[in-house]
Parts: sequence; structure tokens; C-alpha cells
Amino acid sequence: MSERLAVRKTYKLFIGGAFPRSESGRSYAVTSSKGDFLANAAKGSRKDARDAVAAARKAFPGWSSATPYNRGQILYRVAEMLEGRRAQFAAELVDADGVTAKKAGELVDAAVDRLVWYAGWSDKIGAIRGAANPVAGPYFNLSTVEPTGVVAVIAPPMGPLLGLVSVIAPVIVTGNTCVVVASERAPLPSITLAEVLATSDLPGGVVNILTGSAGEIAPWLAGHMDVNAIDLTGADADLAVRCEELAAENLKRVLRPPLDRIDWLADPGMDRMTAFLETKTVWHPIGV
Amino acid sequence: MYRAAQAGDRRHLPKKLWTHQPLVGLETVRPVGDAGEVSTTTAPFAEVASSNAALRAFLHGLPGVDRVGADARAAMLGTRSIKTTAKAQAIDLAISMVDLTTLEGADTPGKVRAMCAKAVHPDPTDPSVPRVAAVCVYPDLVATAVRALDGSGVKVASVATAFPSGRSSLDVKVTDTALAVAAGAAEIDMVIDRGAFLSGDYLKVFEEIVAVKAACGAGGAQGEHSAHLKVILETGELATYDNVRRASWLAMLAGADFIKTSTGKVQPAATLPVTLIMLEAVRDFRLRTGRVVGVKPAGGIRTTKDAIKNLVLVNETVGADWLTPDLFRLGASTLLNDLLMQRQKMATGRYAGPDYFTLD
Repeated sequence: MSERLAVRKTYKLFIGGAFPRSESGRSYAVTSSKGDFLANAAKGSRKDARDAVAAARKAFPGWSSATPYNRGQILYRVAEMLEGRRAQFAAELVDADGVTAKKAGELVDAAVDRLVWYAGWSDKIGAIRGAANPVAGPYFNLSTVEPTGVVAVIAPPMGPLLGLVSVIAPVIVTGNTCVVVASERAPLPSITLAEVLATSDLPGGVVNILTGSAGEIAPWLAGHMDVNAIDLTGADADLAVRCEELAAENLKRVLRPPLDRIDWLADPGMDRMTAFLETKTVWHPIGV
Repeated sequence: MYRAAQAGDRRHLPKKLWTHQPLVGLETVRPVGDAGEVSTTTAPFAEVASSNAALRAFLHGLPGVDRVGADARAAMLGTRSIKTTAKAQAIDLAISMVDLTTLEGADTPGKVRAMCAKAVHPDPTDPSVPRVAAVCVYPDLVATAVRALDGSGVKVASVATAFPSGRSSLDVKVTDTALAVAAGAAEIDMVIDRGAFLSGDYLKVFEEIVAVKAACGAGGAQGEHSAHLKVILETGELATYDNVRRASWLAMLAGADFIKTSTGKVQPAATLPVTLIMLEAVRDFRLRTGRVVGVKPAGGIRTTKDAIKNLVLVNETVGADWLTPDLFRLGASTLLNDLLMQRQKMATGRYAGPDYFTLD
């Protein structure tokens, strides 16, 4: 018997529920925190971003009109599937960040908990952010929240799993769809997360994950007229300024990168959800 | 309305066309652009339509289509990469070839007027966008479209002849055509009787086309307003590529100014191989007769990429002579927005979004 050959995994993009190679045919080598070769990942191009936006736009009507209860269930299901791959994620985090196995396990658990936490918000955010407004006239005046639309997300380079989950979950739980540019440095957990999403009842196109250079892809997303908002959490200062300028053209909602380093383990608060919500107010005559 | 337009012989026209045997012989078919001059160019085929047997012998004598070869050639030409300035030129050319179409039961005069406004200024924010070639509507909305497009240079095309199925008597079809022509349609899109074609009654199809062609010319007083005739083969119902070639020849022999793939109501509609076969038929027809016939793929062309593939096909099959709205059209409704979005992307360097263009 000859020695068994290792099965080398080919990492790809996640667009519209499928795993295509980059349109450009490019890939780049991913290394561990110690500099060892881990795998080759697809290097997404502007055309992949374009396709991903088209997929996200296509998925938006269905996802945004699903009941909040249903969206919450699906996010909970994602958490379940993520939990089932705990060992794989932990191993990837050890490679990517050089953390101990114990710490990596804690980070995966935190990511699972984060998903469950956001899943619970799906049918409560309306009660918190909506209102029955008192008005001086014979009207019911009701404010309700609606998702903004297609959101481009520049994922944080640090925190390849917990950070990633913490930027995706608040965007989609309220009914937005998103195009995520994964951490260029450590993309492997994002691709494994894509495999989790693909097998967890989440409709194709709600989350699209591109690996590659944020500096290359993000400006195209920021300038794209069919993207409604952009989360610049993972962009460095120069890129964030460029993207914000480009985003002005179609009045995108912009979530600026934080000034300080984010502690992803801390209580996330509601800000990431409310940044990508629109308020609709209806005046309804009171029948007298 | 159409009665007035048919002038003195209105009561006799349809019946006369029925009974005129051997109908209108090919030598009397008028070629495009030579109104009034009796054609001699189709003389090589003068005897072809003398009887159903002769027509069948001719059409079945056409060389068969190599299905695999046609598919492969169309697919190969579809891989051409058209970029930068060539792409910009192709997009503008494609826009100028669009027959902007609305053929719904729910069409209203308001919708037609809105479409006409779009036909003249496809992108109101950018005056450098060329206008489209024509708008295509049902006969009852022709007058609305004519009024809305007056003086703009955009032509009004109308479907006729019991569109889309073509299941009616010749009288009705001729009347339908005359109605549209009298209302001011510059182009008539007729459907062939696929039932007759598939059952082998080629002469019936031929005579119908000749009769409708005559009705196109008889629209205005003294023929001063004569409409171009596009013949829809509805290739999705013809089953084989051989039939597409035969139907193309049949339509051209009967006097079609354009041959058009589909109504848009049947899938598959305008596929690349079918367009290729029709372009080849048009090329061969010009070689044999000297008469130039246009081609219009319609239905299923939704993206700029599809449109450019069609233009490549035209250039490689019949040559650049056909790359003009006079001889090649794209029947479409959603295509125009994609062309405009691509055009805007090239102009501004940012991807365009559908929110900034009108709904169809």
C-alpha cells in the first residue's frame, strides 16, 4: 500500500448560495500566524462583487418579507450548524490567530452565542424601534422599521470568526441581505462559515462572501448604485475615506469604522442593527 | 378608419387576394425600397410558388442544417470578448436597433405613451444616448404611439394577423393588418400560420404573407404610406432547424422585408443558433436574388451580453452591411434598461442600479 495522499481543499467564493471560483481566475496563498502555508483562497474581483450584489438584490424581496419569527429561526439554525463544526472552526482559529486551543474554543462558543443573541432580536426590534406616536389629530400614527436593502460589509481583519459573525448577523436579522468582503489575512473561517450558511435554511443570496483584497473590492461596492448601505468596520482609515466619498453618490447609509479596536467579546448593543434600518411612518385616520 | 384608407377597392381587396390565382406570382413581389418598380430580381424563383408541390420541392431541396455545427458555431461566436471602446460602440448600436415592445393584455394608452417617451430619450439624464429604432404595440394602440412619436424619428411597429397564434381566417388577418397600417404603423409584424406550415401546406403560408404584404402597401391613399413587413416565424414552434431555414426562405420568397424569430410568447424564443440560421438564409437569399432582407431576433434577449453576441453573429455571418437598424433589430423590453445600465457604468465607472431607470 502506498502512502495516502492528502486531500487538498480548494477554497472558493460564496455567491447566491453557490460556491463559484473567482471570475478572474485568481487565487492567493493563505498563511498561518506563523507564516506556514495553509491553503489557496479565491481572490475575488470587481465582477465577483457585481455578481454578488445581483444575488443579494435578488434575495432581498423574499428575505425581507419573511416573518421576523422565521428569520430568527433560521439564524438559530445557523448557530446550531456552527456549533456542530466547533472543532473545525477552533482548529482554523488556532492556525489563523495563533491562539491556544482553549481560547479558540471560547471564541467559537462566543460566535454561537452571538448568533443566538441576534436571532432573538428578529421579532423584538420592531417593538423597540417602532412606536405608536401621539399626534394632534384624528389619526393613528405608527412608525415601523424596515430593512435598508443590500448592505456591503467590510469584515474586520481581526476576529476572523467572532468578528465576522458579529457584523453579518445584525445586518441580516432585520431583513437586509449582504455582500461581505472577508478578512484578507484570515479568510478560511469565513469560507467555512459559508459552508455552514449554505446548509442551514438560509436562502441563497442573503449572505454572499467574497475573499480577496478589501482595498480592491470595497470601492466597487461603495460606488455601486444598487447597494443601499455599507459597513466599513474592517476598512483602514484611507480606504474608509475613499469608500465614504464613493458612497455619497447614491446616498448610501455608511457605518464608519470604529476609532478604537473593538472588543468583540463585549456586549454588542443594538447599534449594528439599527444602523441598517429605515423607519416608515403611517398616518391612518381614526374612524369616527 | 382602415376603410377610408383602403380607398376605392376596399370591398374587393381581401376577396381578390384570396382568389387571385396563381395568386401574386413572385415576379410581381415588390422588393424593399423599390416601391412601384416590379421586381425582376426574384426571377430565379418565379416558378417556385406556382403550386404547393413546387414550393414543397423547393423548400425541401434546401440543404439541411447541421444542428451540432450550428450550435457550435453560435456558441463559439458567443465567446468573443468585446471591450472598452468597441463595447461602447456596440451598446449604442444595440440601443439604436431596439424595437421597444409592449404586447400585454394590460397595455394602456398611458403605458404606451410612457414607453414612447422612453424610446425617444432612453436615458433622460444623458442626451448622447441614441433613440431606439421603433416601438412595437398592438394595432389598437398604434394611433396613440404615432401621436406620441410624431416627428421623433422613432417608427411605430404593430403586430397584426391574429397575433400571437395566427389562428384566424385570412380576411381577419388582412383586416387586422389594414387597421394597423391605416392607424399609421410604419412596420407590421405578422405571424405565419404555424399549423399550416407544420402540416406541409406551404402555399397557404405563402399566400397569406403575400396577402398581408399587399395590405401593408394598400394602407394609405395611392400607396404613399406603405408599411414594412416583418414576418414572425415563431421558431420555438417549428421544432427543427431545417424548418427554420425553410420558413425563412418561404417568408423571403413571399416578400418579407424582415424575418423575425419569435412572438416572445413562446419559449424558447430567439436563441443564437436560430438567429444564425436566419442570417445565413438572408445572406444566401441576397446572393441568389440581390434582394436584401432584415433579421429581427425577439424574445429572451435580456442582457447587454446577449445583444452583443447577436451583433457579433451578424457581423460574422452577413457582414457589417447588416449592422444598421434598417436591417437588424432586437425585439425586447427589458434589454433596454440593461443596455442603459452598462452604458452608464462605462461613462461613470461605477456599477449602475435599476432604481435609477424607469420600470418597463
